[in-house]
Amino acid sequence: MLFEAYKTESFHDEMFLDDGTVRPEARLLLESLQSLEEGHLQRSQLAAERMLVQMGITFNVYGEAAGTERIFPFDLIPRIVPAAEWDRIERGLKQRIRALNAFIDDIYHDQKILKDKVIPEDVIRTAASYRPQVHGINPPGGVWCHITGTDLIRHGDGEIYVLEDNLRVPSGVSYVLENRDLMKRTFPEVFEGLRIRPVDEYPSHLLETLESVAPASCDREPVVVLLTPGMYNSAYFEHSFLAQKMGIPLVQGSDLSVEDGIVWMQTTKGPRRVDVIYRRIDDDFLDPNVFRADSLLGVRGIVDAYRLGNVTLANAPGNGVADDKVVYAYVPDMIKYYEGEDAIIPNVPTYLCWRDADRQHVLQNLDKLVVKAANESGGYGMLIGPHSSKAEQDDFADRIRNNPRNYIAQPTLALSRVPTLVGDRLEGRHVDLRPYVLYGKDLEVLPGGLTRVALRKGSLVVNSSQGGGSKDTWVLAGGVNGN
Amino acid sequence: MATDTRPLLSRVADSLYWMARYMERAENVARLLEVNLHLQLDLPLDGNQWQPVIDTCGESALFRKRYGEATQESVVAFLAQDRDYSNSITSCLFAARENARSVRDTISSEVWEHVNGIYLRVLKAYAQPPEDLSPEIFRDLRLAGHMFQGITDATMSHNEAWHFVRLGRQMERADKTSRLLDVKYFMLLPSATGVGTPYDDLLWSAVLKSASAFEMYRQCCGRISPREVVNFLVLDPDFPRSIRHSIHRAADSLDVIREGTVCDSVRMLSEVRQELDEMDVDVMIRSGLHEYLDRLQIRLNAVGAGLQRDFFALLSQSQTQTQSVGGE
Repeated sequence: MLFEAYKTESFHDEMFLDDGTVRPEARLLLESLQSLEEGHLQRSQLAAERMLVQMGITFNVYGEAAGTERIFPFDLIPRIVPAAEWDRIERGLKQRIRALNAFIDDIYHDQKILKDKVIPEDVIRTAASYRPQVHGINPPGGVWCHITGTDLIRHGDGEIYVLEDNLRVPSGVSYVLENRDLMKRTFPEVFEGLRIRPVDEYPSHLLETLESVAPASCDREPVVVLLTPGMYNSAYFEHSFLAQKMGIPLVQGSDLSVEDGIVWMQTTKGPRRVDVIYRRIDDDFLDPNVFRADSLLGVRGIVDAYRLGNVTLANAPGNGVADDKVVYAYVPDMIKYYEGEDAIIPNVPTYLCWRDADRQHVLQNLDKLVVKAANESGGYGMLIGPHSSKAEQDDFADRIRNNPRNYIAQPTLALSRVPTLVGDRLEGRHVDLRPYVLYGKDLEVLPGGLTRVALRKGSLVVNSSQGGGSKDTWVLAGGVNGN
Repeated sequence: MATDTRPLLSRVADSLYWMARYMERAENVARLLEVNLHLQLDLPLDGNQWQPVIDTCGESALFRKRYGEATQESVVAFLAQDRDYSNSITSCLFAARENARSVRDTISSEVWEHVNGIYLRVLKAYAQPPEDLSPEIFRDLRLAGHMFQGITDATMSHNEAWHFVRLGRQMERADKTSRLLDVKYFMLLPSATGVGTPYDDLLWSAVLKSASAFEMYRQCCGRISPREVVNFLVLDPDFPRSIRHSIHRAADSLDVIREGTVCDSVRMLSEVRQELDEMDVDVMIRSGLHEYLDRLQIRLNAVGAGLQRDFFALLSQSQTQTQSVGGE
């Protein structure tokens, strides 16, 4: 039996209550899992993995030979989000991104929030991802964060928190779509009786969003392209996938050129004008004239064309300032400041090491806290106190003392768990959730998101580069099964 | 006539063209090996036909340096498995897959999954030493080549992108058939003029089979004769691997791509087409088949260079670089 020895082990389990009874929203799923004949789940799992290889749904690992991409492991047991809970998440995300967008616009214009001393000026000035080069730019519709992938986690107290905002070039949405497709192909029987909200419409909504932010001067159907660093980038599959699903050209820096402030792409019939660029290249590499001069991936002059209003870049360059982990700590204050509301989804309590009192506390509790570099992502530059050695703690203590601005600390979170196939039975594994939000004419949250799962027993690191996998995320429609 | 207005990037056109060429090339090498493995079984013990296979590929010097004597094992190792040789089956499939991967947004998912699938299958089959390699894999590869054509035809709109795929396939075919004939004719010629030996028929049949042409040749020409074989493989208007047929299809595609306007590559290719239409096989043989085919190959290469200038140019250094950025 799959669930015979299953234990929630004092963690919040997304499928079972503490006393071992199934949560109401997961009852139908449990029943269909229990009715499977022995070995069925394992066979479906293998079939799904084979399909991923055959379909080339893979990511590149830097430093490994070309032609040897790896699959992002996929686990068949979905994570279920009931309708009422999703409703709150959706409202919370919209509120948060509206505020973050207002913050970024403010930072690159009047900086009222600094003048009003809601956020110390120093925090912004010292943020590595602050880009003074984009000061004064007015993106169409005032939208900076066109595509966001916010990381949410559920702590042991059952509450959902925002862990990171990811306003630059968030990835992973292609896996949301592919995971659902894979589930339907390999495991159709579990969908029965459930009303799961579809995710397939994301590419058309993304395209609508991109078209809606075309430059005001564009008086024809806007030409939208997706700019990729190229096929050796770890997220190349996603870039090609989204371009294909939207039916727009997938371009590299070498395909584009800027003349007289206008962006052109080189086609077999000569140059064609480009209006909107969904760029999946980091700010640093976007334009050697403005950012890193040694970048060969970007397009010389593209920021100039953007400043002139001749092309729209999505996401807007400069957003990274709000991804800084010290700035993150102030997001609830931003929501209050710009929206006049309390945050619907709370932040994880955060210690800022440049504050003397906070630093003292962090240094004394390195074995209990999670320490993060303010400007890293992807699970890098991180110390997980309870899982760390004395030497690692000492190393981080030095780093914090040398550069306190660059470090924050948070309590070690007891991420919630979801049953996950391990060998021939199910065990709880920790998960997070990254929903995707589009911001064009209006805000729109994709019902679902990427549930990442730490496949190693006890691990809290869900990143694909470090042993993470993913699951399908089922947001239930309101009504019979959803509540 | 293509009706779509979606612009095709020069880089994408280039990759589509080369994806098709490399798939076609892998199939041709596989067929050559498959035919020769069969032929070997019918020949007397001293009739080693492996060196000519290397000659057909135009790689005698490189092969001698790396492998020495041409045996079944060494030739299979070189042409099928050698990753350091850029035209081995493995290298061709790798290149086809890399090109396909770079244009995944333009080709259909079915095309990508097919190219990816055959690459992975071959990689698995080649994990063993050449002497254990089952000839079945060459048959699989030949079928995979046919399927590639079928899938591109059946799942992609016959738009500009598709025409670049067809252009690549046909240019590669014309080139491969001319090479095959050039080498074999040169080798077989002495006995072709004298009294035939039992092996002449066998060897000429192998030439036809190497171009998948044996059955269709029989239907139209009957008895095997060098003159008829040359006529069939160069000038037959209907056989899909004859040079003339390939050039016609290539030129048709180029005309569609160019939408009636003239440029270097269009002009050169239609000259080649016209000349093939007017050519007589006896004139060709009398004035030297080798010289004729040699000149043809030079002209096809010039067309390739013309395509580069007219459509693919503006490729920059960043196309092949592997810098890691982007993504959270």
